[in-house]
Amino acid sequence: MKRLTNLLKVAFKSILKNRMRSLLTSLGIIIGVCAVIVMIAVGQGSQAQIEESIASLGTNMIMVIPGASSRGGASRGAGSYNRFTFDDTEAIRENATLLAGVSSVVRAVAQVIYGSSNWNTQIYGVDTDYFLIRNYEITFGDFFTERDVLSRKKVALIGQTVADELFGDIDPTGELIRIRNTPFTVIGVLKEKGQTVMGNQDDLILAPSTTVLYRLKGSQFIDMISISAADEDYIEAAQTEISSLLREAHRLNPGEDDDFTIRTQDEITDAASQTSQTMTLLLGAVAGVSLIVGGIGIMNIMLVSVTERTREIGIRLSVGARTRDILTQFLSEAIVLSLIGGIIGILLAIGLSILLNNFTDLRTVLNPLVILMAFSFSGAVGIFFGYYPARKAATLNPIDALRYE
Amino acid sequence: MGTINVHALRDVDLSVQTGEFLAVMGPSGSGKSTLMNLLGCLDQPSSGDYYLDGKYVNTMSADEYADIRNQKIGFVFQGFNLLPRTTALENVELPLFYDRQSRFKNPRESALKALDRVGLSDRLDHIPNQLSGGQQQRVAIARALVNEPAIIFADEPTGNLDSRTSMEIFSLFQELNDDGITIVMVTHERDFAFYAKRIIEMHDGQISQDIIISKRRNANVDLARYLRPETEEIVA
Repeated sequence: MKRLTNLLKVAFKSILKNRMRSLLTSLGIIIGVCAVIVMIAVGQGSQAQIEESIASLGTNMIMVIPGASSRGGASRGAGSYNRFTFDDTEAIRENATLLAGVSSVVRAVAQVIYGSSNWNTQIYGVDTDYFLIRNYEITFGDFFTERDVLSRKKVALIGQTVADELFGDIDPTGELIRIRNTPFTVIGVLKEKGQTVMGNQDDLILAPSTTVLYRLKGSQFIDMISISAADEDYIEAAQTEISSLLREAHRLNPGEDDDFTIRTQDEITDAASQTSQTMTLLLGAVAGVSLIVGGIGIMNIMLVSVTERTREIGIRLSVGARTRDILTQFLSEAIVLSLIGGIIGILLAIGLSILLNNFTDLRTVLNPLVILMAFSFSGAVGIFFGYYPARKAATLNPIDALRYE
Repeated sequence: MGTINVHALRDVDLSVQTGEFLAVMGPSGSGKSTLMNLLGCLDQPSSGDYYLDGKYVNTMSADEYADIRNQKIGFVFQGFNLLPRTTALENVELPLFYDRQSRFKNPRESALKALDRVGLSDRLDHIPNQLSGGQQQRVAIARALVNEPAIIFADEPTGNLDSRTSMEIFSLFQELNDDGITIVMVTHERDFAFYAKRIIEMHDGQISQDIIISKRRNANVDLARYLRPETEEIVA
C-alpha cells in the first residue's frame, strides 16, 4: 500500500513537472474519451427522442392496413387484395371487447384554399374515436361529433401549420375553406404536436371520415383502421381479437393467409430505433478510433520522456532501483496520465452533453455504463501504450544511462 | 564483422580494508572508471572474483546487484547526478525509496541527518539549480551516506569544482573517513590524491603502483592556508 502511494506520488510529481507536455499528451485521451461519451450520448438521445415521439403519436396504438404482410411468403396477386370498407370498422367496433377506440382513416392530399391563400396538405377523414386514439387536443373551437360523421357534414379541424399558412393571425373558427372546391367550415384548431419521426404532426386537416370518403374522394374504400387498445397489457390480446374479427368479416377459411396486416406501436418503435442504434454504434466506433490515436500519442511522449530522462533512470538504478521499479514507475506514469485524461474527458463530455441538451435541438442521454467503459478503456490504453516505453527504460544499463548526455 | 575484445582491466588484484581511504590515479584509458564500475556493482566483470563486505558478488542476478548498490554502496559522481527539479531532501531520500529490506523506518529523518552531516540543513528545499556546484556535490554525498553504506565510491568528485570548493569537499571526505567510512575515489590531480591514505596508480588496465601514505595531508589545514595565504608567510 505504501509502495503504491509512493509510486503514485512519483508519477504525479513527474507529470506536474511537465505540465504543458502532460496536458498535450493527455489531450488525445481527453478528446477520445469525450468524443466516445458525447457521440453515444447523442446517439442514445436521438433514440430516446424517436421512441418518445412515436409514443406521442397515440396511446396503445394498433394500426390495421389492408393487404397481407410479406411475412406470409410469396405475395398474392392484386386480385385477391381485399380493401377495407366502413363495414370492417364497424365489425371491429361492435364486437371487440379489449379496445378503447376504433376509427376508420381515409387519407387524401389536397389543395386547400382560403381567400387568396392556399396550401397543400393532408386531409384525414376519421371517426370521433380518432381524437382519443391519437391524443388530439383543441386550442380553438370544438371537435366534430358522431352526428357530424353520420351526416357527412362538411366540417374541418385544422392543424396549427395549416392555420398559420391560411389564416395568419385571424381566428379561423367559423371560416369557410375550400378543399378540392368543396367548402368546409373550420370548427376548430388542433393543439400543436410538433415535429416527430412521422413528419410534421401539425400540417393536416381532420374531417369526418364519411365526408372525406364520399364527398372528397368519391370512393368506398378506406385506407386503414386506427385502433387503441384499452390497456397496454391488452395489446397482444387485442391483436388476436382484431385478427379473428376481420377474418370472420372477410370470410377467410382456416389456413388461409390474412388479407390484412396489424401493426402495433411497439413494432414501429423497434424499427425506428434499430436505425439509430446502428448509428450510435458507428459513432462510438469512430470515436473509439480517436481514443486509440490518443494512446499512440501517449506512447510517443513516453518514449521521448524515457530518452530525456535517461540520466534520471541511471541515477535511480545506481542507488539501487531494480528493473521492475523503473518499469512500474514509467508504467504508472503512463496510466496516471491517461486516467487523468480520461477523467477530464468525462467531465468535458458531461458538460458538453448538458450544453447540447439545453442549447441545441440535439438530445443527449448520458449512460453511466458508457462513462465507466470509456474510463476503463483509457486506463487500458495507458497500460498498453505505456508498457513498451517503460520496458525500454527499465532495461537500460546503469552505466550507459548515467553517461547519457 | 566481429567485436574486438578489449581488456580494460587485467590481472588486477586489489583488496580494500574497512576504514581505508583509497585514491585511484592514472591517465585516461587506464581502466580507473572500469574498475570503479566493477567495484561499485554497476558492471559485472567478464572474469575474475569480487568479494564485497564478505559476499561473493560475481554470480548475482541483476536484481541482487541492484540491492547491493542500495544497501552497501554509496556513489558520488563527477557530474553530481542529482535529479533535476527535485529538492535536496528528496534527492537524498531517493535511495531509501528502494530500500526493500526496510532498514530505515523513517526515510525523512535519515535524509535530514545525512544533509546535516554535510552541512546543508538550511538548503533542504532547494533544487539543484539553486545550489552551487559544491553544495550540489554535498547533496550527492549526503545521498551516498543516507543508506549507511559499507563503502563510498567517488568518481572524480571534484572534477567540476574549483580548488577551494574541492578542498572543502575533501575535508568532508576526510571527516567521513575519520568516522570510519571506507572511501574509494578516482582522481586526476596528484595533489588531491594525497588527502587519501593510500594511492594506487593504474596503467593499461593494470595496477602499476600501490603506495601507502604514512602522513596524509589535511584538507582542512590546506583550506585555511588557501584562504589566507598571507598567514602562511608570517608563520614561515
